[in-house]
Amino acid sequence: MIETIRFTLNHRPVSVATGRERPLLWVLRTDMELTGAKFGCGEGLCGACTVLVDGEAQPSCQLTLGDITGSEILTIEGLTKNGDLHPLQQAFIRHDAMQCGFCTPGMILKAYGLLLATREPTYEQIIDGMDDNLCRCGAHVRIVKAIQTAAEAMKGGPS
Amino acid sequence: MRFKDGYLQTAPTADVDAGTMSRREFLKRLGLLGGGLIIYCAIGDVTVSARTPRQGFLSGNVPTDFNAFIRITADNRITCFVGKIEMGQGPITSFAQMAAEELDVAYEAVDMVMGDTELCPWDAGTWGSLSTRLYGNFVTEAACEAKGVLKELAAERFNCPVARIITGNGKAHDSEQPAQTATYGELTAGKVIEKHLKDLPPLKSPADYTISGKPYLRRDALEKVTGNAQYAGDIRLPGMVYAKILRPPAHGARQLSADTSAAERIEGVEIVRDGDLLAVLHPYPDAAQRAVERINAQFTLPETGINDKNIFDHLLKMAPEPSIASQAGDVKTGEKGTAAIIEETYLNNYVSHAPMETHTALAHLEGQKITIWASTQAPFAVQREVAQTLGFQQKNVRVITPFVGGGFGGKGSSGQAVEAARLARKTGKPVMVMWSRAEEFFYDTFRPAAVVKIRSGLDNAGHMQFWDYHVYFAGRRACEIFYDIPHHRESVYGEWNMGPGIHPFAVGPWRAPAANTNVYARDLHLNLMAAKAGKDPLEFRLGQLKDRRMRSVLEAAAKKFGWTSAKTPSGRGFGISCGIDAETYVATMAEVAVDEKTGMIDVKRVVCAQDMGRIINPQGATIQMEGCITMGLGYALREEIRFDNGRLMDTNFDTYTIPSFSWLPKIETVLVPNPSLPPKGGGEPAIICMGGVLATAVHDATGATLRQLPMTPERVKKALAVKKNNPARGEMLFRSNKLRAYAQ
Ligand code: FES
Ligand code: FES
Repeated sequence: MIETIRFTLNHRPVSVATGRERPLLWVLRTDMELTGAKFGCGEGLCGACTVLVDGEAQPSCQLTLGDITGSEILTIEGLTKNGDLHPLQQAFIRHDAMQCGFCTPGMILKAYGLLLATREPTYEQIIDGMDDNLCRCGAHVRIVKAIQTAAEAMKGGPS
Repeated sequence: MRFKDGYLQTAPTADVDAGTMSRREFLKRLGLLGGGLIIYCAIGDVTVSARTPRQGFLSGNVPTDFNAFIRITADNRITCFVGKIEMGQGPITSFAQMAAEELDVAYEAVDMVMGDTELCPWDAGTWGSLSTRLYGNFVTEAACEAKGVLKELAAERFNCPVARIITGNGKAHDSEQPAQTATYGELTAGKVIEKHLKDLPPLKSPADYTISGKPYLRRDALEKVTGNAQYAGDIRLPGMVYAKILRPPAHGARQLSADTSAAERIEGVEIVRDGDLLAVLHPYPDAAQRAVERINAQFTLPETGINDKNIFDHLLKMAPEPSIASQAGDVKTGEKGTAAIIEETYLNNYVSHAPMETHTALAHLEGQKITIWASTQAPFAVQREVAQTLGFQQKNVRVITPFVGGGFGGKGSSGQAVEAARLARKTGKPVMVMWSRAEEFFYDTFRPAAVVKIRSGLDNAGHMQFWDYHVYFAGRRACEIFYDIPHHRESVYGEWNMGPGIHPFAVGPWRAPAANTNVYARDLHLNLMAAKAGKDPLEFRLGQLKDRRMRSVLEAAAKKFGWTSAKTPSGRGFGISCGIDAETYVATMAEVAVDEKTGMIDVKRVVCAQDMGRIINPQGATIQMEGCITMGLGYALREEIRFDNGRLMDTNFDTYTIPSFSWLPKIETVLVPNPSLPPKGGGEPAIICMGGVLATAVHDATGATLRQLPMTPERVKKALAVKKNNPARGEMLFRSNKLRAYAQ
């Protein structure tokens, strides 16, 4: 059944006329043409599709539009503010924290969710918080460093 | 040019039909790119002009004319075209460095275009750590020749001899009249120039390099952190549909019937049959997925009786006659008079590539032409395959490779592109095929399961006397012994790319094919010998090793690691492994702790030293080493495909576990400088030691011998129990075939 679903997407209110049971990942990637969230497993096992839902990192392949009605969704496309890269994006570049880059949007949003919940995470908290997001290229060491650098940069205030 | 790692011997032969790009095609490319200028030149006989010969499977079709690689536009931008693709190993950065270096332009002035069959010079495929060490020569030489032409243009313009022209930072000037200066763009602007170089301009000496050899950050990072980087699945065309294809439940299964009526009830679904393909198409991928799940299909199921436990017996039965990879002396003679013989069998299971991006392609038909955006490691092979399948002329098939989300050898085969092309032709619509994770596992070309048998002996002084090595179906790469053993022989029974009939499903190259298996078996066996000889494993190796490059990486790793001499097993949990891959020398040491109750291996530290000749991008090289080490933890500790009768048990990351953050050891890398050698491979070598270094570390920690990869907790517990029941076992002479007991 087609319904009008409303939510906030990257700081702007949106409405989509489609089925409420459809997965957020595919609505983002097809209806909205926002392809930053990637398909990696479709079962909530890899984190490539991670987005922020009301500030919390979640796999968008496991969410339906019904689940997120009225919520605030942030995808990688909405992370840059007025053309300025987010500290996490800057840190990922500075540390070369990617290879193929397919996991990168999910990694950055997962890390953002982590930093929103834990301002100054310890090494162990980063490892623990990121463990569900997979990277086949083995960029992990640098991703951890990038998160540490970004956490330092974000100490001053909200980003 | 021959590569020692067996690529020329084992790679399939391609019909050399693509030919080099013609002038007409350059002009066409110019049109496609919306103008700009290229310089036409011919250097006498172009085939002679190519310094690095074009030959065989790897480079037979690579054009010799530099225009295929380099384009200079009036705005002083340089475009560098290469047939390689970017899947994470960073050639997009190192090729730009090489082109900028040789052309004498700023690194930032170079734009890269990769993996587009219409724009880029031909390439066999991106694999074998060959991007820099082979294709890099073509780019460097093309840039050098382009610079030669620019110098002649400048000499004409300034009315001075060519010898007086100096180039730098994208400009040429007259050394005796420095005011006479022109940018490359000015030199080429407004005209299409035909130039004939009389002499081959000399290549820059590496000693003068200012860009190559310096660490550069990835040039694609900005696109990748903003989500703007496009992968095949991110391309959007008006009217495009997503296809889901009905798949068999097992390899060897045959479809008997398929009832699509329930699927058809989903609004907007289109059912398409094309030969053996039964697909559902829908503007939404999620709807196409739901629809394909509603097809009620019957299949015959195969009864092969082969599973992941008995596969090793099956492989030994299927073994072809061996070919000898290398030998010296005579192993029979060597065996006489040895004080101790050690004989072991080592196994490893099938391993998946499991890139995060599944195989994806979008095909778009326009009249008699088709364009395909594909995640592939071999766009030109896809072009040929699609042309053959559709009966199209090759020039009417264009394959564009956007960023590729990981390949590791698994995207050398690109069935998804052919599927998308067939469905696009059938329907006339742009069709995207994006494999699900289950399809990705099912159609993966796994790293083959393999068996290694080693029989070796020590003399009274604990020196290696003979080494009789037999590898079944892993392949020859990295199997050759580099220790000074008077009598040795390495016999290879089948390569990693054996066709159907041997393996229950497709196998293929997996990051450093064959090498992971060979190095694991060799190093674990060497440690058992060192244990028998009562020696420290490092000293045991160095004692019979003259090869200078290998000694230097072992010593560099030992220094960084803080290796101190001790008999093994020492209880410290120190592992050691070394090998040669893609002509790069690598030595790795690790420290582990083993929880004897759970069988869990905690990898605390990994140190890796690498000599890769001259290094183009040290930052990129280091990242590749870290990536190899992290990825290599997987095949060493946990990754294996379980199957029964052609059916896979592992279809997603819940049961097929790959390394994640919590696995991370402390990783340290050392680049051992060796600028006198041309650049060697970097994308694969550091992974080859991971099985060996962890198996020797576990043995050093506990005395237990892990004769099978991966070293799952169950296998660790089992090996510990074997050791407890029979403490002397690790030092006994084995003559019986222990295969069955360990194949689980
Ligand atoms: S695609 Fe959503 S978690 Fe993998
Ligand atoms: S960078 Fe390739 S999967 Fe993470």
